[in-house]
Amino acid sequence: MKTVGFSRTLFFSTAMLLCVFTAIPVFAMDITGAGATFPYPIYSKWAQAYRAKTGIGLNYQSIGSGAGIKQIEAKTIDFGASDMPLTKDVLEKNGLQQFPTVMGGEVLAINVDGITKGQLKLNGALIADIYLGKIKKWNDPAIVKLNPDLKLPDERITVIHRSDGSGTTFIFTNYLCKVSSQWKSKVGNSVSVQWPVGVGGKGNAGVADYVQQVPGSIGYVEYAYALNNNIAYALLYNHDGKLVEPSSKNFQAAAAGADWKNAPGFRVILTNEPGANSWPITGATFILMHKVQDNPARALEVLKFFAWDYANGGQMAEQLAYVPFPPVVVKTIEDSWATIKSKDGIPVWKAPAAGK
Amino acid sequence: MANGGKVLTEEITVAPRRISGPSRSYSMADQIFENITRFFAFLVLLLLAAILVSLFIGALPALKKFGLDFIGSTAWNPVTNVFGGLVPIVGTLVTSAIALLIAVPVSFGIAMFLTEMCPARLKRPLGTTIELLAGIPSIIYGMWGLFVFAPVFSRRAEPWIDSHLGSLPLIGPFFSGPPIGIGVLTAGLILSIMVIPFIAAVMRDVFEVVPHMLKESAYGLGATTWEVVRNINLPYARVGVVGGIMLGLGRAIGETMAVTFVIGNSHSLHVSLLMPGNSIASTLANEFTEAVGKIYISSLIELGLFLFIITFIVLALAKLLLIRLSRMEGKRS
Repeated sequence: MKTVGFSRTLFFSTAMLLCVFTAIPVFAMDITGAGATFPYPIYSKWAQAYRAKTGIGLNYQSIGSGAGIKQIEAKTIDFGASDMPLTKDVLEKNGLQQFPTVMGGEVLAINVDGITKGQLKLNGALIADIYLGKIKKWNDPAIVKLNPDLKLPDERITVIHRSDGSGTTFIFTNYLCKVSSQWKSKVGNSVSVQWPVGVGGKGNAGVADYVQQVPGSIGYVEYAYALNNNIAYALLYNHDGKLVEPSSKNFQAAAAGADWKNAPGFRVILTNEPGANSWPITGATFILMHKVQDNPARALEVLKFFAWDYANGGQMAEQLAYVPFPPVVVKTIEDSWATIKSKDGIPVWKAPAAGK
Repeated sequence: MANGGKVLTEEITVAPRRISGPSRSYSMADQIFENITRFFAFLVLLLLAAILVSLFIGALPALKKFGLDFIGSTAWNPVTNVFGGLVPIVGTLVTSAIALLIAVPVSFGIAMFLTEMCPARLKRPLGTTIELLAGIPSIIYGMWGLFVFAPVFSRRAEPWIDSHLGSLPLIGPFFSGPPIGIGVLTAGLILSIMVIPFIAAVMRDVFEVVPHMLKESAYGLGATTWEVVRNINLPYARVGVVGGIMLGLGRAIGETMAVTFVIGNSHSLHVSLLMPGNSIASTLANEFTEAVGKIYISSLIELGLFLFIITFIVLALAKLLLIRLSRMEGKRS
């Protein structure tokens, strides 16, 4: 008797759950995407706002850039997302279109006794030497030379890096390759590398935690993570030799000088960009779509979603410490969508006049 | 689930008919039932084989490219696509060894206290506490390890370890290093805390079933508590004790999240236990999602294959140990 009663309750609750789950897709055609974890917070925020406005939801799974690329190649999703821009050859081989959505900056978070936010000054060569394990102490003459007014302790430097493959690492190692020939030949540039020294933390949050836990540590994180956790970070000398602080304005300065128009697949990497205000470790995150669309209606919804984000999502992005693209760049991006076509060769995206 | 009630009533109405029916259909039902159970049993075997085969196929590109060098190489370079499994394999074995080294004696003490010395009114609350500890998700241990244990360990324990044990001959190199608080030793300690409830609970259960007659007899002959545990409990319950240790070891070898939090995730081999390292499970957890390229993914799968093999070897060794123990027992008597 008891079993019967129990299974009946179970039956009813299962049936109710099924109702709830099957009911959702009835409301709207959801677009699906998967990939990079870095833009996940802003994509989900945009998706929320966009859904409230249009009723069309976005199902975005932050499974990692590598997995996102695999999923879009297998056509299981409407768009893939990657922090590492694919090269022209790879894009052509897989028939993919690539465009950037937002930018972000990375800072070097530090945990040194008595040194607060923005006091320490570093340059590219120093960072590379620290990450190569050549500079081992905080009072190394090379650091002292840049910071004559600081009292640097005789403390060991613990290098913190990402343990997981990451677009953040791609941007950071890309910067190190540009500023240090030794880094370029010994370590290289990728989403994960063979680190000469250091401890690996999982995700931006993991690195931020480690920096806070380990005295004498230094780690690279998305600006937002340093900001939210109130961790001290260093000022950097940029390409032009100017001392800059991490800010939305300075990230945008790095993007402004870039030549988006002529880069195939918008493959612009914004590290070590020239310009007096350019923050040297800046990068964009990218969307991948098939050039030939089996389902043009869905593709159009994806493009409409991003067009809406470019037009209305800037403030939301800034709240989360991402950097929106200036209108000039957005125009170039939207023009590039003309190459996304249905099987019959009809462009999916109609002139932006319809969107405005 | 939907017709759970219906099945039950059907069973009741069908049952009497069966009794009156010919015995042939009866034996046929038996046959069917037997075959179904056999199918389920073999399904496990089939699954195991399927996992092994798919791991092998996945690892094939890496196996072909690196061959046996994979085991001996410390390289882990996604840029040049050169991979070796030595660091994670050593990390897995070392952290598990540290965990067992600490957990086995402690668990033994807990089990001995609970079965032989504990006042009756404490027995139940203490026993339940241990079972509760066994149910805590591993990520909680990982977070506790990173946020609570590691800072305290790096400030209070590691400087002491470095200055006192680090200068000793022979074992010195294992214990000298910077006090980061994150590393192989920390991972081993967290693992030991995680497996203690498992081993202790099993040991207590098997000590509990040792016949009172045997123990009382030994006490009657003037044996001390220790002698009773050593000569009556342990030999009587050895299968269970080894089983409990293996259960703990199995958990330690495959533990992912807790280790990832505190091991340091660094692909470099250090003699010192205070330095960061890596384990197979945490390497997979960290790198699988963002791994790009055939050889990279294949190397990760090969690591998974090794984890499988290590677990298999450990289990086989445990079985061998038990067989040898029981054979020795036969000779002695």
